[in-house]
Amino acid sequence: MAHEHKLEIFRGLLKFKSNTQKIWGVLIFLTVITTIEVALGITKPKSLTHSYFLGMKVLNWIFIILTLVKAYYIAWDFMHLRDEKSALRRAIVWTPIFLVAYLIFILLFEADYIYNVFKYGFVTWNF
Amino acid sequence: MDSTVTTATEENVWGGGNRPLGASYGKLMMWFFLVSDALTFSGFLAAYGFSRFKFIETWPIADEVFTHVPFFHGNYPMYYVAFMTFILIMSSVTMVLAVDAGHKLKKNAVIWYMFLTIIGGAIFVGSQAWEWATFISGDHGAVETRGGRILQFVKADTGERAALADFAKTIPGERTEHERKNGIWFFNEGYVPSYSLEEVVEGFKANPNVLIRTETINDDHQKIVLSRDESLAKLKNATQVVEGANLIHNEYGSRLFADFFFFITGFHGFHVFSGVVINIIIFFNVILGTYERRGHYEMVEKVGLYWHFVDLVWVFVFTFFYLV
Repeated sequence: MAHEHKLEIFRGLLKFKSNTQKIWGVLIFLTVITTIEVALGITKPKSLTHSYFLGMKVLNWIFIILTLVKAYYIAWDFMHLRDEKSALRRAIVWTPIFLVAYLIFILLFEADYIYNVFKYGFVTWNF
Repeated sequence: MDSTVTTATEENVWGGGNRPLGASYGKLMMWFFLVSDALTFSGFLAAYGFSRFKFIETWPIADEVFTHVPFFHGNYPMYYVAFMTFILIMSSVTMVLAVDAGHKLKKNAVIWYMFLTIIGGAIFVGSQAWEWATFISGDHGAVETRGGRILQFVKADTGERAALADFAKTIPGERTEHERKNGIWFFNEGYVPSYSLEEVVEGFKANPNVLIRTETINDDHQKIVLSRDESLAKLKNATQVVEGANLIHNEYGSRLFADFFFFITGFHGFHVFSGVVINIIIFFNVILGTYERRGHYEMVEKVGLYWHFVDLVWVFVFTFFYLV
């Protein structure tokens, strides 16, 4: 059991006095991110929904990036990955990231191919 | 439970007792489980992405599906899910505070924080049950075409969604009930929608203010609404009335959307439910002083890992089901 906690977040920009304080600090940060997400989801600014990056709306990229940020702080501070040895941390984090990135890559490419078959092939499905 | 000090020269690698990762056996096994569970959930969400990219032009818009808040009428997209997300994050915080209090061997603090965590989890599971009930019972109703596509209705003057009850005619008619004596393997009659297809079609013809909204999304990220003539032509393809959603029919649009909704949020809800049960067991163990006698609260920490994982998964489900 690791009793020592690393009390810095944002790469040392913010240092808390105790572990309890850090927990509340992280909660505030996660709440702010969720609020931003919900606000963007409700207002849907036209500048973000009508511009694209790599074939996806910029708004959706923002959502995904903010989600990964949230996941990082949940894993690092709530699940104490920050306090674990780096070997354990890397084994836990990089294994799924590698496998999931590969899975998403092949599945989304395949889906886009099927979409094009449905759209340009001689198949009627939307009737 | 102090960390084992190993020196490079004297270490007996296969003799046991050394912990290269600095974590106990139980904690490592919990991490093993969580990583494999994370891969399971990723598989589901990637499959969701597959189906969505396959039908990218006709996929339902989540804001238009989840618009309800308990005790309030009207159109409030996302507010309730945001509330659920906040509840789960909050219960994650009380959990991590319980772990922190456990490190300091403060039994009463652990009890209180565990209690609050359980309450938060219960509120979340209840909210999810409500969300399911609302989704299953449906909103406005729609008709399904021969090709299995959904046609919804909007009011021409305001652009608002029109419920079947707003325009469907009541046509008196006889309906033969399916009875036990006529069935070989009879359970019950099955679901009968509030309006027959004929009533909806006749009502639509009589009411010029109603138009059909298709599943297709235009460049402006809106569902395409047909003109009156196109609507009348399109309605000829209708085969049945659909109200609400189940695994076979879905009034909100693509039936795969409903299937994935039930499957992914159901699997997540099952995790939350089992998390609450495990939390309750640990809660009573704390009260009984099991960990006080053991001298450490590592069990609370392990259960905490599971609980945070459930929160972590929800963050992704929230994004991919409700936001993106």
